[in-house]
Amino acid sequence: MDKLLEVENLTKVFALGSVLSKLRITAVDNVSFFIKPAEIFALAGESGCGKSTTARIILGFEHATAGTITHSGKKEAKNERVWFTEGIQAIFQDPFGTFNPLRPVERYFFETLRNYKLASSPAEAVRRIDAKLHAVGLSYEDLAGKYPSEFSGGQLQRISIARALLTDPQLIVADEPVSMVDASLRMSIVNLFKKLRDELGVSVLYITHDLATAYYVCDRIAIMFRGDIVEMGTVEEVLMNPRHPYTQLLRASIPEADTTHRWQGEIRLADTEQDEYLRQGCRFAGRCPHAMEICRSTPPPTVQVEGVQVRCYLYSEPFS
Amino acid sequence: MDNTILRTTALQAFYQLDLYGKSKVVKAVNEVDLAIQADEIYGIAGESGCGKSTLLKALVAAVEPPLRVVGGKVTYRIDGKEVDVSTLSPEQKRALRLSYIAYVPQGSMSVLNPVARIRDTYRDFIESHLGRQRHQEAFALAQDHLTDLGLPLKILDAYPHQLSGGMRQRVTIALATLLKPRILIGDEPTTALDVVVQRGVVQLLKEVQARLKNTIVLVTHDMGVHANIADRIGIMYAGRIVEEAATEKIFGAPAHPYTQYLISSLPKFGDKTPRESVPGSPPSLANLPGGCPFHPRCPHVQTRCKEKMPGFTQIEKNHRVACWLVGEGEHGQAA
Repeated sequence: MDKLLEVENLTKVFALGSVLSKLRITAVDNVSFFIKPAEIFALAGESGCGKSTTARIILGFEHATAGTITHSGKKEAKNERVWFTEGIQAIFQDPFGTFNPLRPVERYFFETLRNYKLASSPAEAVRRIDAKLHAVGLSYEDLAGKYPSEFSGGQLQRISIARALLTDPQLIVADEPVSMVDASLRMSIVNLFKKLRDELGVSVLYITHDLATAYYVCDRIAIMFRGDIVEMGTVEEVLMNPRHPYTQLLRASIPEADTTHRWQGEIRLADTEQDEYLRQGCRFAGRCPHAMEICRSTPPPTVQVEGVQVRCYLYSEPFS
Repeated sequence: MDNTILRTTALQAFYQLDLYGKSKVVKAVNEVDLAIQADEIYGIAGESGCGKSTLLKALVAAVEPPLRVVGGKVTYRIDGKEVDVSTLSPEQKRALRLSYIAYVPQGSMSVLNPVARIRDTYRDFIESHLGRQRHQEAFALAQDHLTDLGLPLKILDAYPHQLSGGMRQRVTIALATLLKPRILIGDEPTTALDVVVQRGVVQLLKEVQARLKNTIVLVTHDMGVHANIADRIGIMYAGRIVEEAATEKIFGAPAHPYTQYLISSLPKFGDKTPRESVPGSPPSLANLPGGCPFHPRCPHVQTRCKEKMPGFTQIEKNHRVACWLVGEGEHGQAA
C-alpha cells in the first residue's frame, strides 16, 4: 500500500514551570499514523489533545522529542526543508491572522513563487497564480491590489488554499480550517477539499474538533485524547459505531441540528487538563464509565477490532 | 395574560461614524420587533456581522457612541410595569444589571481578572451589588451558589489560568447568575469551547433556567446548540430578523430561503450527500442592498425583492417570516 506521509512513534514533551520545578507534559505520546495519496485524513479531538502539535511537527515548526516522519518514502532531514515543504503546505485556522492587514494579498503569492523558484517571469507568475485561484473559484482580477480587509473570512480561507496550491503539494495540512468561517459558508471550504482530492489528487490532513464536517468530508479519522490516538479507522466505523468510551462521549456530545436528538443525561467534565495528562494509566480513566482497576495503573494496549484500531482494555483479550 | 418580559419595538441601532469628514452609517440593528417571554430560552442565530452582538448591547442597555439607538425602544417588564430603558439613569441601569438582567460574554479568558483568585472576583461582585459585607458572609454566599450549580468549591482558590476554558466559562455563568437575574443574556457563550465542554456549559445553562425560571436569550451561530437548548429561534440576517418560530418549526419546516440554506448546509451523521453553502457573501451593514437584504444571494429572487423589504407574514401561530415568497407581509413591520 502506498503511503504519502508516515508518522511513526512521534513524541513531543513540553517542560512547564521554572528550572527548579519542572513539570513534563507529554503533548504527543508515541503517535503513529499514515496518509495515503488522494485521501482526506482527519485528526480530531478537543483542544489540548495534541492534534495541533502533531501538525506543527509535520510542518517543521516544532521539533519532535522522538519519532520519525517519512514523506514519499524519504525521511525528513533538517537540510531538506525546502523540498519537504514544497510537498506539504499549510492552511491555518484564522484567515484574518494569516495575512498581514497592511500588505496586498497578492504579495504572498509572488513571495511563495519566488521562494520556491517556480516562475521565471512576472507574466508566468500571474498565469500560475490565476490558474490556482481558478481552482478555488476566484481569479487574479478578484485579488489584484486588494488588502485582506476587502475579503470575507470564507474568501480569505479560499485564498489561503490557492496560495498553498502554488507549489503543487501532495499534502495540505489544514489546522481547523473552518472553525472561524461562518456556518453558512463552511461547506464551500469543505467541498473544496473534496474537489482537490478528487480532481487534483491532493491529500489533506484535516485537523478539527468538528466531527460532523469530518464525517462529511474525510475518508479515515484518528481520534486523539491527551496526546494518544485512542481510536483510528474509516469515518463510517469510528463515527457511526464508536468503540472507545471517549469517542462515544465525543460523538454523543456533538450538538446535532435536529430537535429530535437532544442531549440526554448529564456528563462529567475534567476540572483541569493537567491532571489528565499526568495520569499513570489510561488518561480517560478519571471520566470513563467503564474504568477498571488496571485502567488506572497501566496504559492500555492498542488492539485491532474489525479493522479499527482502538486503545482500550475493553477490547483486549483477558477483559473483553 | 401577556407574559412578555423583554420587548423591542421597531428597534433601530446604528453605528454613526464620522471619519475625516466622511460620515458612514452602519445599520447593525434595523427595525427589530422582539417579544421575549418570561421563562423561555430564546435563541438568536445568524452569521458574524449580522448585528446579533449589537442587538444584545441594545437589550442590556449598554449603548455607547458611536452606537446609537436611532428609532424604536427596548422595554423591560419589572414588577408588572413596562419600563423604557432609554429613560433610566446610569445609576438605575447599574442597579438592574446582574440583579435583573445579566450578561455572559463570549471570551471567558478576558472576563476574569488574571491576577485575582476566583474568590476575590466573587467578593468584588457581591460587595458592589449587595453592599459591603463581612468576607465570611460573602464567601458563604459564593459557596452556596457554586454548590447549587454543581461546581467544585476548590475553584474559589484558583487563579483563572489554573482552570480549563470550560471551567472558566462555567465560572462566568455562575457569576452572572449569582443574584438570580430574571433575564440572562449569553453572547456565544459556548463558541470557543470543545464539544464535550460545550455540552457541559449548555447543561449548566439549562439547569440555571430550570432552577430560576428565568429567561435566557442565547446568541450563537451554532445551529446544533440552538436545536438542543432553545424554545424559540429568531434568524437574523443583515440587521433584521427574517424568520421567527418554535425550534422544531425552524428545523423541521424553515420557510425563509436563508433559513432553508442554513439548515440544509449542516452536515449530518450517516448522510454524506453533497451539501452546499449559501452562495455569495454576507452584505456589508454599511452598504446594504436595497429591498430585501438577502436578494443578491437568494435563488428565488423576483423584481419586487430588489425594491421593497417584505413585512412579516404569519404562516402559522408563532411562526412569522419576512419573505415575498411566503406572503404579502400584511402582519406589520418587518422586524
